[in-house]
Amino acid sequence: MNPAEKTLSVFNIQRYAIHDGDGIRTTVFFKGCPLRCAWCHNPESQRFEPELVFHKERCDGCGRCVSRCPDGAIVSATGSAASAGSMAPAALPEDAGGNPITTDRTRCVGCGGCVKACLSGARELTGKPWAPEEILALVKRDAPFYESSGGGVTLSGGEPLAQDTDALESLLIALREEGLTVTVDTCGHVPWATLARVLPYVDLFLYDVKHADGEAHRLFTGEGNAQILENLARLGEAGARLDVRVPVVRGVNAEAGAMEAIAEAVGTRIRPRRVRLLPYHSTGSGKYDKLGRDYPGVFSAPDASALEDFRELFDARGFHTVIGG
Amino acid sequence: MDDIVLAYGADRGSTPRVQKLRRESLEAVPRLYLERAKLVTEAYERYEGALSAPELRAMALRHLMEHKTLYLGEGELIVGEKGDEPQAAPTFPELCCHTLEDMKVMNDRELISFRVTAEDMTYQEKTLIPFWEKRSMRRRLLEAMTPEWKDAYEAGLFTEFMEQRGPGHTVGSENIYIKGFLDYKREIREAMGAVDSRRDPRALARLEQLRAMDICCDAILTLGARYAALADSMADKEPDEARKGELRQIAENCRVVPAHKPETYWQAIQMYWFVHICVTTELNPWDAYSPGRLDQHLISFYRQDVAGSVLSRGQALELLECLWVKFNNQPAPPKVGITLKESSTYTDFANINTGGLDPLGEDGVNEVSYLILDCMDEMRLLQPSSNVQISRKTPARFLRRACEISRKGWGQPAFYNTEAILQELLGAGKSITDARKGGSSGCVETGAFGNEAYILTGYFNLPKILEITLHGGMDPVGGKMLGLPLGSAESFGSYEALFEAYEKQVGHFVDIKTRGSNLIEQLYAAYMPAPFLSVITNDCISKGMDYNAGGARYNTSYLQGVGIGTITDSLAAVKYNVFDKGRFTMGELMEALAADFEGHEDILNLVRNSTPKYGNDDDYADDVMRRVFALYRDAVTGRPNARGGGWRINMLPTTCHVYFGEVMLASPNGRQAHKPVSEGISPDKGADVHGPTAVLRSCAKMDQLSTGGTLLNQKFTPGVVAGDTGLAQMANLIRAYFTMDGHHIQFNVIDRQTLLDAQARPDEYRDLIVRVAGYSDHFRNLSRALQDEIIARTEQTPV
Repeated sequence: MNPAEKTLSVFNIQRYAIHDGDGIRTTVFFKGCPLRCAWCHNPESQRFEPELVFHKERCDGCGRCVSRCPDGAIVSATGSAASAGSMAPAALPEDAGGNPITTDRTRCVGCGGCVKACLSGARELTGKPWAPEEILALVKRDAPFYESSGGGVTLSGGEPLAQDTDALESLLIALREEGLTVTVDTCGHVPWATLARVLPYVDLFLYDVKHADGEAHRLFTGEGNAQILENLARLGEAGARLDVRVPVVRGVNAEAGAMEAIAEAVGTRIRPRRVRLLPYHSTGSGKYDKLGRDYPGVFSAPDASALEDFRELFDARGFHTVIGG
Repeated sequence: MDDIVLAYGADRGSTPRVQKLRRESLEAVPRLYLERAKLVTEAYERYEGALSAPELRAMALRHLMEHKTLYLGEGELIVGEKGDEPQAAPTFPELCCHTLEDMKVMNDRELISFRVTAEDMTYQEKTLIPFWEKRSMRRRLLEAMTPEWKDAYEAGLFTEFMEQRGPGHTVGSENIYIKGFLDYKREIREAMGAVDSRRDPRALARLEQLRAMDICCDAILTLGARYAALADSMADKEPDEARKGELRQIAENCRVVPAHKPETYWQAIQMYWFVHICVTTELNPWDAYSPGRLDQHLISFYRQDVAGSVLSRGQALELLECLWVKFNNQPAPPKVGITLKESSTYTDFANINTGGLDPLGEDGVNEVSYLILDCMDEMRLLQPSSNVQISRKTPARFLRRACEISRKGWGQPAFYNTEAILQELLGAGKSITDARKGGSSGCVETGAFGNEAYILTGYFNLPKILEITLHGGMDPVGGKMLGLPLGSAESFGSYEALFEAYEKQVGHFVDIKTRGSNLIEQLYAAYMPAPFLSVITNDCISKGMDYNAGGARYNTSYLQGVGIGTITDSLAAVKYNVFDKGRFTMGELMEALAADFEGHEDILNLVRNSTPKYGNDDDYADDVMRRVFALYRDAVTGRPNARGGGWRINMLPTTCHVYFGEVMLASPNGRQAHKPVSEGISPDKGADVHGPTAVLRSCAKMDQLSTGGTLLNQKFTPGVVAGDTGLAQMANLIRAYFTMDGHHIQFNVIDRQTLLDAQARPDEYRDLIVRVAGYSDHFRNLSRALQDEIIARTEQTPV
């Protein structure tokens, strides 16, 4: 594996992440996920390919992007491609929210040509290929903060373990050599062989368990949970340090029965360091629009007292349970 | 957030007494108080011409202390007030003789106003102006300056601290806790005996100076004796037995201090306060005559009194709270004009450093350190500036408690790095013991407390010099040729050529500024010595030399660089876009700047959205910062000053970044005309987008240890510092920054929406306190431009 080869797809690297494991961390968000959780608050993390993000509030309608699109995916309502590229900004319609520039997502291949043309920062390409050594160079900048806080690097996503395993292993080895601790945030829906390869280099897993019922799991995430639960058990056998994270979403699993079942499914397979209940939040809802998608929007957060009941329910089974990150 | 300061909303203070005193302090309306001016005038009428300058100054102070109206408020435990009641602000006509117009403005202006009566106006017109008009330091000073100095000053290239105030930004010696002023008088007599007029050509000056110091000791002794008598006479008439007992104790305290060394914790605080009143009455140090390392000074008294069962922790806290009220009772003397712009606040910058190391290098955190934290948390007052020094040895508990207070969102305490301060002081030639006793005063200025006269001379506008460089030495705002004729923007064929020209222009203006200041220092030495401050500053007595003439052990002149974020991003914008990438030409950039980017949105977008910027841990921009910082530091550091010491820099703005922005057109980083430049060493507003660790990494690339202090504002929304995790990581963030040799960091923990609401409905947010620069202030007291600027400072949001 050549560590300089750009084989890892990353859509964000977030510094001063303080809720993705212990201490002050840098979280690397990989792009691409085998699941399609209906409530996903990082929709840009789902597809593996780079995608166009359009911040329409920043667009001044100049039209430069129209002519730069090799696929003819961008259309200006105020003029054809012929008038585009002029310096004068096109007038925006007075009615709020109107924007003369539209992008046909079915024709967009994420080449990024329009992003380079855009001067106002309205067009952004999310996801780009990174080499392991580039990631290392960035994340090690915050070493003094990891040192003072017992923090390190978190690999998240998307699904980090769905990336090219050779490249991932190469990154993990490099992080280990640098003396940085690694937390992996995973949905668990990956081949055991992948987990087995990364296991020696991971200090802590944040392992999501969303539903104990296989059919419900398939309904809300697009996949069953057999592999997830089996991997959990094998991580237990291997003695992995692990926090179980349970997103609590009304309309999906925020009721006592589903929580009981999750507690049961976890408890029979592993003794996690902690169980973390993560109440649903809608902060990702605005991202769907920027990606040209509709937000499902039928979910909501459990109220505080229900959340407290669930915490007690897990606690009663001997878990160290916390609400949040 | 529910924990935003409600300074007026609820009575704060650990006892009803303190609550009452605090309320009185906050409710009193600041007013001009001319008694000081009247008494100083009387003294000058009587002694001017008959006495040497130091003796004249000393007699003025003695006359003041003999005749000033005393104030001893109901319930007070610590006594002494500059005016005749809280919030009465004396004037200093010998420094700045206000015109009638000045006084009208003070009364009428919306912010930082002072009530002025018709009687005051008449007295100013009939008596003070005729006497002081020709004598004031402000006049002497402006007369001594060259036309080029005046032009640069008026164009906003730099400001001048001494224009309306005297030097004196300092911390007195800890000797006042181990000596009384009778001891000082003995020391002065011995020093007079040691003057050798056979060989010493300065013998006469030394004897005059020492006689003046001796008179100043009498002045403070008089103040103490008068308070003892007042307290006794009030006790005689007091019907309430408890209060009668307190008044008797106050009288007893005032018979011990300031004449003798303090015997108790209470007397130690009273001793400090008498000294504070005399220092700030003698002259107008304006800012920052500070108690310094108060926990180190009080701990032996605290332990002794607690062990002797004469003091409980609760009583000790109450006495500290009474001291806090005293600080808050004293608004900074009224300012006008540019001086008001550079320091637009009532705050007098008395700064307390809690924690740090003791003189032996051990952890300095003690019981009083925690008392001080409790006191600042309870009192939530703008004055004094209550801050902490964090060393590697500082226990986690202390840091956590300090963070707990800081995250409540009113800007105190700020955090200073003890190891950085030590290295700064050692690098400037201080002994290790003197360095360990030192700290930061004013906003963030490093000093060897008790041993150093470190005088702030003015702010220096780094971005404005680029504007002048790009215009071939011409100021495009005023149309005057101020700089060197080095060719203008289009003549620079490379970034190196531009940088070289900028470097020369910086050197040119540093020359103008420091030449002026060296004359000003001599003016102060000649006409406005500070013999009282000299008594309590180490080595002035043994040298027989005044504080203002180089009497202190160490003598530093500071020039405060402003706008490092703006100048960095501006230079980076030119380097990156014009020379590296060829995205536009210098000519196109100059047109865009002249048009304030109107019609040049393409250039504006490029420089704003896709150009490397300081504050993102981006080496391209940060390398530019390193270089421009070094250029400025090297242009200043090591120049000799007029007091036998040298020049150094620090990087702090107070409110001057707003004024420095006002005098400028648009800058190449996309900052629009007349908007504020960046403050402290913080990134320009909105420039940093990679979170706090990236900001701190960028800031740490500056060689902060070669300065005399830097100021970094970090604004957080409440969510980031919420909960145990938020608190713990805030502490860890500070530790890491300090490991990287950061000098100072302070936090504003307020969400944007709250600030916008406060701007829209100021009356509902009378109490909102925010961190401005090296101090906090009421949001409603800030100018609209400064409010906007604070709102625009990047908020770091949680992940």
